[in-house]
Amino acid sequence: MTAETTVPTLRSARAVTRARRRAALAGAVRRYRGQRQGVVGLAVLVVVAAATLLAPFYTDEAELRPINATGGRLDPPNGEFWLGTDEVGRSILLQIIWGARISLQVGILAAVLAVSLGTLVGLLAAHFGGWISWLLMRLTDWFIVLPGLVLAIALVGALGPSRTTIIAAIALTSWAGTARLVRSQTMSIEGRAYLERAKALGAGHWHQMSRHVLPNLMPIVLASATLQVSSAILSEAALSFLGLGDPSQVSWGNILQRAFDAGAISSGAWWYLMPPGVAILLVVLAFTLCGRALETVLNPRMLSSRGGR
Amino acid sequence: MTAALEIDELAVTYRGSRGEIPAVRGVSLRLDAGETLGLAGESGCGKSTVAAAVLRLLPPGTHVSGRILVGGDDVLAMAPAALRAVRWAGASIVFQGAMHALNPVHRVARQIAEPLLVHGTAAKGDAERRAIELMEQVGLPAWRARSYPHQLSGGQRQRVMIAMALACSPQVIIADEATTALDVMIQAQVLTLIKRLVAERGIALVMISHDLSVLAATCSRLAVMYAGRIVEHGPSGDVFATPQHPYTKALSDAFPTVGDPAERRNPRGLAGDPPDPTALPGGCPFHPRCPVALESCATSPVELRGGDDRQAACVLVEPVRPRPRQPEGA
Amino acid sequence: MLAPSGLGRSAWREAATVTSPILQAEGVHVRFPTPGGRVARAVDGVDVDLGTGEILAIAGESGCGKTTLARTLLGLERPSAGVVRFRGEALGYSTRALKAHRRAVQLVLQDPSGALNPRHTVYDAVAEGLRIHGIHGGSGGDERQRVATALARAGLRPPERFFLTYPHELSGGQRQRVVIAGALVLEPQVIVADEPVASLDASVRGEILALLLQLRDELGLAAIVVTHDLGLAWNIADRIAVMYLGRVVEDGPVDNVLVAPHHPYTQALVSVLPSSPGAPIVLSGEPPDATQIPGGCRFHPRCHVLAGGGADAVGLAQRCRHDDLLIVRHAGGGSHEVACHVANAVTAER
Repeated sequence: MTAETTVPTLRSARAVTRARRRAALAGAVRRYRGQRQGVVGLAVLVVVAAATLLAPFYTDEAELRPINATGGRLDPPNGEFWLGTDEVGRSILLQIIWGARISLQVGILAAVLAVSLGTLVGLLAAHFGGWISWLLMRLTDWFIVLPGLVLAIALVGALGPSRTTIIAAIALTSWAGTARLVRSQTMSIEGRAYLERAKALGAGHWHQMSRHVLPNLMPIVLASATLQVSSAILSEAALSFLGLGDPSQVSWGNILQRAFDAGAISSGAWWYLMPPGVAILLVVLAFTLCGRALETVLNPRMLSSRGGR
Repeated sequence: MTAALEIDELAVTYRGSRGEIPAVRGVSLRLDAGETLGLAGESGCGKSTVAAAVLRLLPPGTHVSGRILVGGDDVLAMAPAALRAVRWAGASIVFQGAMHALNPVHRVARQIAEPLLVHGTAAKGDAERRAIELMEQVGLPAWRARSYPHQLSGGQRQRVMIAMALACSPQVIIADEATTALDVMIQAQVLTLIKRLVAERGIALVMISHDLSVLAATCSRLAVMYAGRIVEHGPSGDVFATPQHPYTKALSDAFPTVGDPAERRNPRGLAGDPPDPTALPGGCPFHPRCPVALESCATSPVELRGGDDRQAACVLVEPVRPRPRQPEGA
Repeated sequence: MLAPSGLGRSAWREAATVTSPILQAEGVHVRFPTPGGRVARAVDGVDVDLGTGEILAIAGESGCGKTTLARTLLGLERPSAGVVRFRGEALGYSTRALKAHRRAVQLVLQDPSGALNPRHTVYDAVAEGLRIHGIHGGSGGDERQRVATALARAGLRPPERFFLTYPHELSGGQRQRVVIAGALVLEPQVIVADEPVASLDASVRGEILALLLQLRDELGLAAIVVTHDLGLAWNIADRIAVMYLGRVVEDGPVDNVLVAPHHPYTQALVSVLPSSPGAPIVLSGEPPDATQIPGGCRFHPRCHVLAGGGADAVGLAQRCRHDDLLIVRHAGGGSHEVACHVANAVTAER
């Protein structure tokens, strides 16, 4: 049985492409809306993103500086400071809002870098095989085996703490996992009959990789990317907590660090310790839910299969 | 005499995420010991569902009605314990794609012996011996007993499946596309083997395939299924040589007779595709594809009609009226 | 040459016997190394010719090398020895030469569901060839027109209805037509079809086969059909080459080879067809794999003529066991070649 598509008169190849893209996007959006978890995750992320990006408009960054602090020392949450104050009297809520910028920025950039590098390496290794694959895979194995945190600490220690260094350190320690995944997926995709058909049609390496392999890799890559964002945010928090972060900026990790140094545990200042942790948890969870929903939406196997043997 | 296998108005409806799927819509057939029946049809016609229904291997939640009698006992009404006894000892199935039906981490002799152990027919050492006997009967050398499935070829794996099906000496064997994936020569070997074993042991055999010519050559009777129903049945030679239902004719056309000049450069096929069970055409479900459809075919479905021995569900088939007894001396 | 029955004659079909072949394999060997150090001789010396507008069936069971041969003719495999020629010119293996070859010789695969990228629409699948080769404009019209023409030729009408559909929305027969359209859009001169109907429902096969014949009649498209199904060869092929363990054992017009086969292997294959009269010759065992090809005539361990004393009767049993046969060479026209000591001796006597 054929699909009952209402046939618009498509006069040119470009019109066909536009129509297809529009239909595909509409379909994807519709399917995503059906994933309740994904919608929740996306909502959380939108709220967080809005709060973060609009921060300069509804808060005053100047209040982050210790000299401008107006609150008492380690005050519990009250009417004026919803999440209480830290040891210098600054609003914790303000720090959380502004800390989101750094954490998210570092997390997303590091993840994008890691996934791009990993995908490139995995794709090339799988497609070309031979000594290229051998070389790239040995490199990957090396990076997998390397203890991530130790390498990150070493890098930051050598290059000095700054946002760029942290991004680089996190990316370098997490690209290898994606590379392995992408390589095995690519090998399985390249074994499929439509790659053989593309070759028979005369397709070169670039066409095969960009038109066939990469689109089929996207679900895996996107899912991996969202997980990477989550783990990058956690890594950033860990590094900042250890004092390796950018000391001039507020980030969730260094809020935790200062909380420890200020003796928040012994003084029972839970409002200092919990918010950063909860914030990290929320964002990581939201990314993971979105990632899983995206994977479901983009996976062609979820499309209904029809008869014919 | 009790039939080895009797199916009476079997109807099977799957409950899927997309709603109800009526896979089988009223199938009746009867097989005595030693008889062979070929069940022909294409994807979606319900033939594999019928096979699975005999051993109640359908997914939970499937709605089944009708009766299936194996050696006189209704499988569909049985308690689980009785059903377990019937499975494999009353009726067994040879599946297609032995590669997937065999456990890759167990040696083949152990897999053949498994039904014997499960049914308590034999103790462990005894079961292994019987498994080796069965292997020899299906033409596998005894030293293969300790091989793993991946070490065997396609034809050899299918023989293992047959040995497994014979293990508990069932009354009925159902071969579901058992030779479809094999090369023609291996297929010929396996079919010869099946015919010999069935004749020697007096087993009732139901052979399921889409290849009408193979069924006509192997089985004595032939039944053709379309859209969940039997649309023609009769002695296999007659049904194959002079099909009455247009679908049977199309199916037999799909396998041309090599050597017949009329088939040279003359491939014949049907337009359209086998129907989707959830969206069957009204009236006779075959009418959209039928080359000789009448107007009435779109609205009125037809039951099987014809003689006792040979029937087809087509309005163009004349129902045979029973001849009046001739008075003596006339 | 026998006058073909059925659909009308065309000038090019008669010319096929006179002009040189369009696609040729000359002494082609394809060897693969296997783990364990042995070498699999998948194609072990094959000479095969395809005439213009001819439909050649390459038949045999799994492992005989027919698929490898087809892929070598397409340029997807490189022969270890021997030459593939298109229109007399040897095939080069540079990217440019192969790309040019692909425009002329196209592939139709067995499983249409696997052959189409599930994320691409029918339009994209058919237009892919055009995009790869940068074909647009000219007498065929722009991309959209060419895609529409190809879909219509493959029997999907009206073509516009299928532009935005995805493979999973189509039936098996329709998917195969899309694959064929994707091959047609490059206006090839030869189509190599590997088991084109094996994955399709039986009642749908006839239509696809009729389509192949129609393309031959309307467009002069030559075709090589690789299949294990002799009935298919009987249905649409002009010539048939039967392969066993990497060699062609019999090559001739379908009307001769399948009605009166000379080679014992072909005789056995034809005899086990359900519709064949007489007792089937069921060969025992299975063909050995390509790493262990028997010496002498490669078929002799399973040959029923040798086992039944037919070879002894003409004093050739020793030759069967020890002397390999020459590669079967298609000698043009309606010739019927056999790689069998006994059969050749019998023919020579006549």
